Formats: sequence, structure tokens, C-alpha cells
Amino acid sequence: MGQIFSGMFSKLWGINKEIRILILGLDGAGKTTILYRLQLGEVIKTKPTIGFNVETLSYKNLKLNVWDLGGQTSIRPYWRCYYSNTAAVIFVVDSTDKDRVETASKELHLMLREEELQESALLVFANKQDQPGAMTAAEVSKSLNLTELKDRSWSIVASSAIKGEGLTEGLDWLIDVIKDEQLS
Amino acid sequence: MSTLTYKKFDEGEGVLPDKMTIYQDCISAFNASPVNAKKCRILLAKLVRLLSIGETFPANEATNLFFSISKLFQHKSVELRQIVYLAIKKLCHISNDVLMVTSSIMKDIQNGDIIYKPNAIRTLARVLDSSTVHATERLFKNCIVDKNPNVSSAALVSSYHLSPESKDVVKRWANETQEAVYAQKYFPDTQFQNVHQEFYSRFPSSTQFSQYHALGLLYVLRNHDKMALVKMVNQLSGSSSPLTNPLAIIQVIRYISKLIEEDPSLADHLYPYLLTWTTNKSEMVCLESAKIILNYKKFSPEQHTEAISVLRDLLNAPRVVTIFAAVRMLNKIAMTNPEKVVVCNYELESLINHSNRSIATYAITTLLKTGSADTVDRLIKTISTFMNDISDEFKVVVIDAIRNLTLKFPEKYKPMLVFLSDVLRDEGGFKFKNTVVESLFDMIHYIPESRDSALENLCEFIEDCEYPELTVRILHLLGDEGPKTKNPTLYIRHIYNRIALENSIVRASAVVALSKFALTEDLSLKKSIEVLLQRSLTDSDDEVRDRAAVSLKLLSSSTDKTSSVILVDFIKPTKKYSLPILEQKLTQYISSSDKASYENPFDISSVPQYTEEEWKAQEYKAKTTVQASEEEPLSDHKGRSGLAGGATETHNETQQAELLQQQYIDEISQITELSEYGPILHSSSVVELTERETEFVVSVVKHIFKEHLVLQFNIENTLTDSELMMVSVISEGEVYQEEFILPVEKLAPRSKGTLYVSFARPEDEETGAPGLFSDTLSNTLSFTSREVDPTTLLPFDEEDEGYQDEYQIEELEVTIGDFIVPSFTADFDKTFAELPSENEEVAVFNLSSSSELQEAVNSVINVLSMSALGNTETVGFSANNHKLKVYGKSINGERIAGLINFVISKNGIVAKATVRSDNKALSETVVNGIA
Ligand SMILES: Nc1nc2c(ncn2[C@@H]2O[C@H](COP(=O)(O)OP(=O)(O)OP(=O)(O)O)[C@@H](O)[C@H]2O)c(=O)[nH]1
Ligand SMILES: [Mg+2]
Repeated sequence: MGQIFSGMFSKLWGINKEIRILILGLDGAGKTTILYRLQLGEVIKTKPTIGFNVETLSYKNLKLNVWDLGGQTSIRPYWRCYYSNTAAVIFVVDSTDKDRVETASKELHLMLREEELQESALLVFANKQDQPGAMTAAEVSKSLNLTELKDRSWSIVASSAIKGEGLTEGLDWLIDVIKDEQLS
Repeated sequence: MSTLTYKKFDEGEGVLPDKMTIYQDCISAFNASPVNAKKCRILLAKLVRLLSIGETFPANEATNLFFSISKLFQHKSVELRQIVYLAIKKLCHISNDVLMVTSSIMKDIQNGDIIYKPNAIRTLARVLDSSTVHATERLFKNCIVDKNPNVSSAALVSSYHLSPESKDVVKRWANETQEAVYAQKYFPDTQFQNVHQEFYSRFPSSTQFSQYHALGLLYVLRNHDKMALVKMVNQLSGSSSPLTNPLAIIQVIRYISKLIEEDPSLADHLYPYLLTWTTNKSEMVCLESAKIILNYKKFSPEQHTEAISVLRDLLNAPRVVTIFAAVRMLNKIAMTNPEKVVVCNYELESLINHSNRSIATYAITTLLKTGSADTVDRLIKTISTFMNDISDEFKVVVIDAIRNLTLKFPEKYKPMLVFLSDVLRDEGGFKFKNTVVESLFDMIHYIPESRDSALENLCEFIEDCEYPELTVRILHLLGDEGPKTKNPTLYIRHIYNRIALENSIVRASAVVALSKFALTEDLSLKKSIEVLLQRSLTDSDDEVRDRAAVSLKLLSSSTDKTSSVILVDFIKPTKKYSLPILEQKLTQYISSSDKASYENPFDISSVPQYTEEEWKAQEYKAKTTVQASEEEPLSDHKGRSGLAGGATETHNETQQAELLQQQYIDEISQITELSEYGPILHSSSVVELTERETEFVVSVVKHIFKEHLVLQFNIENTLTDSELMMVSVISEGEVYQEEFILPVEKLAPRSKGTLYVSFARPEDEETGAPGLFSDTLSNTLSFTSREVDPTTLLPFDEEDEGYQDEYQIEELEVTIGDFIVPSFTADFDKTFAELPSENEEVAVFNLSSSSELQEAVNSVINVLSMSALGNTETVGFSANNHKLKVYGKSINGERIAGLINFVISKNGIVAKATVRSDNKALSETVVNGIA
């Protein structure tokens, strides 16, 4: 049974379609760390991203095309160049950076207003949970006003890229939503 | 019924893709999901092609393209990635926001495939700006020391391009760069694995090309610091040099050349390095080091000889390109110093039938310069056999060589004339024809025996000449020279044909040429010409009609003797205006900002005129000194064309001197005290009275007037903190008495000034007129000096009156040459014989001051200020005697001819001078003036 299901699944998803996912968020939030943690399973040493990194991940027989864009102020204006055909956005927040969570919220809502992203699902990682004094997922959710979002599927997951916690959990949810929405 | 068929081209095949189509195809293909790598590659190739041929896009479209291309980074195809880099590199200049690919590129450089890694590095250099470059320090350091030569080279070259804007950052990897100069790098076995097996074996395991790139970068990082550069050269030269790449070595050789040019004291230290490289196994390196040695004038004749023998050996090299380079270099040296190249004559002889015509041409033209009179015939015969096989450019080289030869061996004019008239009939462009015509002009001017046949050749040429500018010049010459020949009517027909057949410009000059033939005693000839001119009165062109009318009018009134002199001068002036000065004066006149200056017409009398003899003497000197001029014989980079450029340049030097002279004359005419003296009869060249590095640099020009001698002292105050006041020069001699000094009132720091000292010319007791006396004047610079603030140039203390000071400068010789104007005569021997033998004076001198024959000859020509004729100013190679012929006219117009025989004896050089002139006393003065 499982065999047959995965065969069917490949036909629908694996061959014809690539799923395009953007990882956005302020600089230093941990986007690049998350990308390579997901791809390689390990924590790499990063430098601030000037531009973007793009990697293809095979996840549960799916081909995910993941774009990690730099979060520095000078680079944020170029995010929009990469919006089209995006199935989902992963928005990463540094949960220890209380001073800038408001800026993060502003950037998030600005982005979600874009025409090209109306159909995209949203996954928020409240990252760096391993640090003492980090805001909880609920606190981050509140600061980001996530509950205001009505017309789209969203979820917030507490994560630590360093420890590898919360990442697969979040991604699993995201894949389910995408499958649902794209199939219907 | 006819059919029309059309086959559409699918891809490429020489048809340029449409820009807008490509743009749209690119945008849609690059944004597609999933990406079709093959399709994208083809599109990118087309895009790159468009950009390579200079097509461009507006910034917004370029930026769109850029962002779309950046999306291709999602695809892992190595082939696609490589062309992505090529495309981004091309778009960098026109697209905005290119920094967006920085991280992706850096990741590729760290972990990417070796195939595109070098491309990635080169693209990175275009994407970086001063704010992002510092983030790449580690990356560049690693790449530079990478074992793979391609990676290392790419990083070095990219750093080189980054250095102008980010020198401080690039400097941080100076150590790695230094390491790369020394490193030996080899391609890994896998480098060419994609190449077919058959070719694989042909790839070198290394070229050590990265050494060249590393050196280039190192130089940029150090070139402001001479000591560092010397150190670098020391480390990289000599027998322990780590350099194996020929281009790297050539680069060091050029740095050495630069160092020597800037600091001649390094020459002795650096010469051995150059010499070592003349035996390098790379011929390119040998050529370059020989060239640099020969380029630098201050290397000794022995050192030059060593370099020549290197070139000589290379003439036997197996590779054609090496022979070409060597023979071309020798040819250039032969232009200025043929005697140095004589040793190669044997090898050059063996090249004159070389299957490469360029090599053969250079060999022959070199031999023409180094050879003696008896080889001329044979060489000309050889070259005639393949004139048709070589390009116009080379033909010009050959003709120029022949032309110089005609001046050098006038007695050999016959075969050369035959050669020139043959080539004149060949097909060829303007430059080629012009050179031939100029050569014939030279013959006519300087070899009277050749005149009639050369003129005939020119007549034949204008019957079918496609270049009106040449026809006009030839007509002018025919007008000048034709009437002097035995049978002038011969030329009249040719000239008249032009009136019948050519355009108005040619017709107008034909009318003038024709009129000149009417200035003759032969009344029937004059009548016929008047008849011919009558016909042009109905010409359709104004200018032609006007000229004919003026000529006829002048001719009809010239029966009356007194006015005829003036009229003849109008049709056929005996004097020529100095063209460079005329040009300069006219430019001054029309570019004057003062409107009032237009109220007076241009004053043609301010332009000096020359008699035909003076003019020919100048031209002859300019033409023959092309070969003797020592200035920069080889420097390619100064932009002198490798082939025929020589002549015009030296000509400009002569003109430059002429213009400077004129400037002095103009300045003097502005001075009230001197304006009464009348015209300047002769001005000397500039004589330096101090070293150039002294506090006060002084030079002097001697001007001779009818009754006065005026010394013009040019003084430069090189101090930064002193001003000079009341600057004068006290000149004291035995013969000349000072009349007055016109001092410089004030000479600010770092400024120049001119002062004049006037002397009376004492009378000659016999003639009662001012005589031609030599003298030695001692000179003292006298002034009041005061300290000033270097920045404001104001005195520190207004009250400071300064202190009086004197400064001894060198003595000045007034020589007989100051009273002689160089002149020309086509047949020296005849002129010499014509001058009365009772006016001959003979003297023998021992010239102990010079040890070189050439030096002695130069100094005699100089001191007498006469023209050396018949190519006698150059001493033959390793000759032990020499015959010099000089000709000139005194400022009073008397002819002077001198015959000086030089012999090398035990006690130095002995010279026997025989001088004849129109005046016995003058002959004596001249002879005595040589000592
Ligand atoms: N303690 C902790 N540190 C983290 C975590 N995730 C990332 N970091 C650290 O945060 C720093 C920035 O991480 P990056 O992944 O480079 O951040 P980024 O979002 O890609 O930043 P930009 O490229 O500038 O937009 C690095 O030092 C990471 O090691 C985490 O979960 N816990
Ligand atoms: Mg990042």
C-alpha cells in the first residue's frame, strides 16, 4: 500500500513540479544556518549573505527549491525579484533579538501584501530557542501579529538551527499544506 | 516563370540574433520552472555574442536580464554555470544591483567545479565594490596559492583589476602574490580529461603562466617605490631567477628598462641581468633583452655590439617569426646607426631571397643602408624581382631606403632612377605613389644629372595619375625645373594636356606652371605660351581664368626692363617663405582675442624667406640627419610607426628649432633698444652655460646684427625660496666691447627670464665694415638675492634689501660659424673649382681634443655652421680617414667652400683644411676658425 502511494506521489509531485520556497528574515536571524542544516544535516560557519544561496533539497521524495536571501537592509529591497512562483515563505526570526522584532514584523507584513505571494503558505521559525531569555513561539507570534492573517495557511514553530530542533516539524507542516492546496 | 525560394536559418550560422527576441526568450526561459539547462545555455550563448559585438541594453532591461540569469544558480549543470558567469561578466557594466550574486559566486569558488571556478573568480572581480571587497580576502589568498594554475591566474588577474579601486585591500595579499611568482604550478591530470585522447598529449603540463600574472600584480602593488622595485628585480634576475615563463621574464626586462630610464645610475648594475637573458632558451626573451640594450643610448658601444650579435645569431633561428623580429630590429638600428649593423651583412645577404617576403624586404633595406656603393646594383635588382609580391606598406619601406641611398651615393643614381620609374608604373595606393614621387623630387633637387630623365618620368606619370594632389605638386615642380632644361618645350606639351583633360584644381596649377615657361629670352616660345594661356581665359572655372588672366597681364607688361624684375618674381619667386613660421604666425593672427589686431592686415614680411640654396641646405640636412639622429631609435611604445615614420619626425625637430628661433626674433623686435639694429643676420643655436641641475640654469643665443652682437641669456631660477633682482650677466672679451645690458628686474622662485647684452662689432681695418671676429667671453651672473616664503612667494621681511651675489658661469666662444649661414650646392666639386684659387687658404691642425673621427667631424661642422654635403658628415665604419665637404655663405653673402681631410695618426686626429671663398681674407678667417 505504502509502495503504491509513494509511486503515485512521485508522479504527481516529484517529476513535473519543483516546489519553490523562500527563506526570508532579518540579517543574522539564522536563515543560512537553517538552509544548510536542512541540506547537509550539520551546522556550517556562515557569513552574512550578500545576495542569496539557492539549494535543491530532496525532502520526502519531493524536490524543494530553497532560496535563502540575505536579510541586510541593503539587500531586502531585492527580495521581491525572487517572489514569483513561490509556494511558501519561511520567515525566520531571531527570538533573542527583542529590539528588532518590530522591524521583523514590519518587513513580514510588507512582504505578505505583495501580489505574487498571495497564494503562498507561511511558516515562521522562532529561532535560537537554545539561547537563554529567548522569546517563546507564542510571544513571537504575538509580536508579529500572526493572528491577523486570515487568508492564508500559516504556522509558527519554535526552533534551534544549532541543535536541529523544530526544523523538520515545521517543514512537515509546510509540505502538508502545500500538497493540500496544490492538489485541491 | 521565375521561382522565389527562401530558406530560413535556424541557429546562428553567422546571422545575428535579434536583440529583442533574445531578450524576451531569455526572460521567459530563465524564470521557467523547472529550468531547461540546454535551452538556457543556447540562449545565453546568443546573448553573450550580442554583447561581445558591442550590442547593449538599457539599464532596466539589463537589470531584468541579470536577475533572471541569477535564478539559473538553482541549476547544478556545470556547463550552464560556466556560461552564466560569462554572461554576468558581460552584463556587469550595464546592469544595476549586480552585487546580488556575490554570495553565490563565493560559494562556487569555495566548493564549485574546477571547470567554472576560474570563470567564477573573474566574474567576482566585476561584481565586487569597495564595500564588499574586504569580505573576499581569505578567498583570494586561497585561490592565489591554489595548486591549479588556472585558479591562481584567475585570482591574480582579478586582483590586478581590483587594485585601482581597492589597492589597500589587495595589498593584504601581497605575500601570497610574491609566493605565486616563485611557485611552480602544474595542471592536475584531470585538467584536460574532457579533451580527446589524441590531443591530450599535446597539452603542456605547465606554462607557468601564473608567474606572469603574479608579477604583473606585484608590480602594481610596488611600482610607486623604486627601492622595492629594484629589490624585486634583483631577486628575479640573474642565474638564480625563479622565473621560467618567458612572458614573465620579458616583463622583468621591461621593468629593468624603466628603472634605467628613470635612474641611469642603475644601468651598470642591471646590465648583466639583461646580458644573461640574451642567451635564454626562449627566443622571445633574447629578442626583448637585446632590444632593451639597444634602446638605451647610454650603454656603451661594446654593450650594443653584444646585443647586435645576439640578433645576428637569431637571424639563423628556425622560426620565421623570430627571424622577422630580429631583422626588423636590425633594420631600425640601421636607419640611425648603419655601421653597427654591418657585422650582420653576411647573414642578411642569405635572407634576401627568403620565401617570407617581409623578411626579404627588411633584409634588403637593411643592406641598402649598411652596404657600400658597389652592392647597390645587385640589391636593387633582387628587390625588383619581388616588388609585386609585397604590400604597399613594405613598398614604402623599400622606397624610403632607396631614397636615402640616392642622397648617400649620388653617383649611383642611374639604377635607382630606373627602379623608381619602374615602380611608379606599378599599381599602388596614394602613400606608395607619394613616396616614389618624393624620392624623384629629391633626386631632381640634389642630383642635377638626374634631373632631365626624372622629370620625364614624372611627366609620363601625370598623364595617367589618379591623385590630383600629386599632379599639382608635380606641375609646380615642372614649372620650376622645366625651363632650366635644354629642351623646355618637351614639358609644355605635358602641362598643356592637363589643362585640356583635368579638373579645375589641376588646371589652375597647370596654368601657373605654363606661365613660368614664358619667362624666357626665346620670344617665339613666349608667344606660343601666351597663345596657350589665351585659351584658358574661357575656362569654366573662375580660378583658372583668373590665373591665366593675371599671368598674361604680367607677361605682356614685362617687356619693360625694370618692372619685369618685380613681375618675374611674382610669377616665379626666388625666395620661399618658411612654412612652419608662416603657419604659426597665421594661427596667432586668427586666434588673437583682441579685435583691434584685425584692423591691420596680416604682415607677411614678418615671415622669414629663404633663398633656394638656404632652403635646400635645410632640407638636405633634415633628410640626411634622419639617419644620424640618435634620438630613440627603437622605442615602439612612443607610437612611432615601425616602418617609415622616421623622416617626418626629425623634420619636426628641425622645424621646432626654426620656430624657437623665430620666437627669439619676435621677442627681440619688441625691445626698443634693439629694434633699431635692423634684421638679424644670423642666430646661433642655444648654448648651455651651466649644468642643468644647478641653482641657476643659464643658456645663451648669439644674434648677429649688421653692427652689433647681441647675447640673449635665458636664465632659470630653480630655487624655491629666493627671488633674484636686477639679474645681469657681465660678459668680457678681448674683441667685443659691451655697450649695455638689459637686465631682468626680478626673477621669482621657480621662474625663467631673459636678459640681453649688446656689443659693438668692431670694424675690419681693411674694409671699414664690421669684421667677422672670433672671441672668448667670460661670463659672470650678477644679481641681488632675497629670501621669500615658498608658498606665498612674498619676502619674509619687506625691509630686507637682499644681498649682492655673483656666480661664475662658463665661457662663451664667438666663432666664425656665427657669421656663416649653411647653404647648398648640388655639385660641391664644381662650386669649389669655380671659386678663385688665389683665395684658397690651407692649414693643418692637430685635433687632440677628440679621439673619435666622427666626433671630430661633428665638431668641425658645428663650429663652422656650414652644410656637410655629399653625405660626408658620416664617417665610414672603422675608417681611419675621412673627407668632409662643407658649404655655406657668410652673412655678407660670400660663398665659402671647405674641404677637410681627417686622418688618424699616432698623436690623435690630424685635419687638413682647404678653404676657398669669394674673399681671401674670409678664407683665412674660416681656416683659422677651425682651430
Ligand atoms: N545560538 C544560536 N545561534 C544561531 C542559531 N541559528 C543561527 N545562529 C547564529 O546566528 C548567526 C547568523 O546566522 P546566519 O545563518 O548567517 O544568519 P542569516 O539569517 O543568514 O543572516 P544574513 O545572511 O545576514 O541575512 C551565526 O553566527 C549563526 O551561528 C540558533 O538557532 N541558535
Ligand atoms: Mg545568510
